[in-house]
Amino acid sequence: MSSHYEAPIRRPLIVGDKNYHDISVDVAAPVEGKANKLWWIAFSIALLAFLWGIGAITYTIGTGIGVWGLNKTVGWAWDITNFVWWVGIGHAGTLISAVLLLFRQKWRMGINRSAEAMTIFSVIQAGLFPIIHMGRVWNAHFVLPLPNQFGSLWTNFNSPLLWDVFAISTYFSVSLVFWWTGLLPDFAMLRDRAVRPFQKKIYGLLSFGWTGRAKDWQRFEEVSLVLAGLATPLVLSVHTIVSFDFATSIVPGWHTTIFPPYFVAGAVFSGFAMVNTLLIIMRKVSNLEAYITEQHIELMNIVIMITGSIVGCAYITELFIAWYSGVEYEQYAFLNRATGPYWWAYLLMMSCNVFSPQFMWFKKLRTSITFSFIISIVVNIGMWFERFVIIVTSLHRDYLPSSWTMFSPTFVDIGIFIGTIGFFFVLFLLYARTFPVIAQAEVKSILKASGEKYKKLRDGNHE
Amino acid sequence: MSNKVVQAMYNDDDILMDAVKEVRAAKYHIEEVYTPFPVHGLDKAMGLKGTRIAITAFLYGCVGLVFSIWMMDYMMIRDWPQDIGGKPSFAFIQNMPAFVPIMFEMTVFFAAHLMVITFYMRSKLWPFKEAENPDPRTTDDMFVMEVIVDGNEDELVSFLKKTGTVEIKVTEKH
Repeated sequence: MSSHYEAPIRRPLIVGDKNYHDISVDVAAPVEGKANKLWWIAFSIALLAFLWGIGAITYTIGTGIGVWGLNKTVGWAWDITNFVWWVGIGHAGTLISAVLLLFRQKWRMGINRSAEAMTIFSVIQAGLFPIIHMGRVWNAHFVLPLPNQFGSLWTNFNSPLLWDVFAISTYFSVSLVFWWTGLLPDFAMLRDRAVRPFQKKIYGLLSFGWTGRAKDWQRFEEVSLVLAGLATPLVLSVHTIVSFDFATSIVPGWHTTIFPPYFVAGAVFSGFAMVNTLLIIMRKVSNLEAYITEQHIELMNIVIMITGSIVGCAYITELFIAWYSGVEYEQYAFLNRATGPYWWAYLLMMSCNVFSPQFMWFKKLRTSITFSFIISIVVNIGMWFERFVIIVTSLHRDYLPSSWTMFSPTFVDIGIFIGTIGFFFVLFLLYARTFPVIAQAEVKSILKASGEKYKKLRDGNHE
Repeated sequence: MSNKVVQAMYNDDDILMDAVKEVRAAKYHIEEVYTPFPVHGLDKAMGLKGTRIAITAFLYGCVGLVFSIWMMDYMMIRDWPQDIGGKPSFAFIQNMPAFVPIMFEMTVFFAAHLMVITFYMRSKLWPFKEAENPDPRTTDDMFVMEVIVDGNEDELVSFLKKTGTVEIKVTEKH
């Protein structure tokens, strides 16, 4: 037992009297069981929203992006807001699985699978927006450096928008293989448990014939570690490059050097909030409270509190630098942001993102499941408004007062946004019923160190 | 030579680790060990060499970096140089800072994907690959050690029985 030592002061990450087989049974239960009524209701609502979004996208493509609320002053609004929002949400998955792996944080194991699934599904939503915004989506492949009939007119590698194409596609594909590699042993577990031939076939196909040889595990762990090492700078680079879309322009309110760290902190902030939203529901519905414990939620709340405070510092810094710069355009952009016609959006952003996470200083509040859920929703709303505020308030009153205007979304803007939320939940709900939602192989490897039963056994011996 | 192997099953990773050490000390040859999760130190106990997959990742990353430099130099500087926004692209060194993000992304892209492909090829993992674990419980809670029969079979079986195994089976390995 000595090799499984963990400091007694650490709380157990797997509660209850579990052995290895119990973990398999608990993780396989949602896959092997039947969906309940609640799942079907949630799925139907999500599917309807998704279909509504498809309708709105079809209408946009058929008619042109004139059906959105954009005008010649505000050329970017909900589409890019939604894009940045979804990419930001997509950051928590890699952060949990990669950064926490490098820091050897064992608590990541209960939540990394779902967080990575969330990453992949939200990056899919994010990717839709720039493509639709092109208007002529059938020319979307022009963003790739492909030889073409114009005498090889290449893409402009000086443009941050092109950096974004490379960053997002690298991020999406690397996250996907990272996720899938981790899934192999767990799919194999489902395959070997499957009773029905169809299930056996499907999980056999998905598990790539994983057998769990000692050499495979050795490579598996090395690959996971190197992927984590690659994914960590990658995840930071992605939101950095997203922020370059704004920061490299010369629009007051966007042209700020603080953007990269500020965007990354905001992304982690909103991503952890979304993980909390999803997992608080899932641990209950799928009976996984033994693996996604209150401690997990508390730790995520602490991350939310810290990143929320970093974001708050960034807001204040921006205001200070705008004043300190002495540039009147810059000063006006921020004065207008806080006190102009969009003051309500700014206030919403400030109260949701800076004020609300401060409640997490109190142990009672950050260990309350209901309160954590409410805050996670509040943070997601706040982070959507942050992007809206940055994008729209910087544009709507530009250098030429005669072209000052306001932005209001049309039903198509709203429809596409709701559609992506629907699409996201369609994917996530399907995932929750068909995938091993907990990295069971990894959880088994920490059972003897962090399982409640073993900890009691061991700590009892010392006294 | 016969292809006979003894499959000794264990239901605990610590017992398995001790058994692996005992079997190695007794100079028997461990063909394979199947475990449901990574058992730390098992590869060393079995005498497996370290994996070199991280080195391949580094090399793949270098390839990605060089490729991205070549690609952007060819497309932006040599094939069709343009003056975009008053910032002409007639010298690589002057445009290089703008190429850094994509150099980085391509490095990561090549390193990650080619390393994972290498892993899948070396460990024989791909869609439609048939699983070869000797018992379906090895992905659940069973640890199986396969020892090659070389000489006296009964002696080996009785030796393995003393190592804490819960089930023991003698089969032909194909």
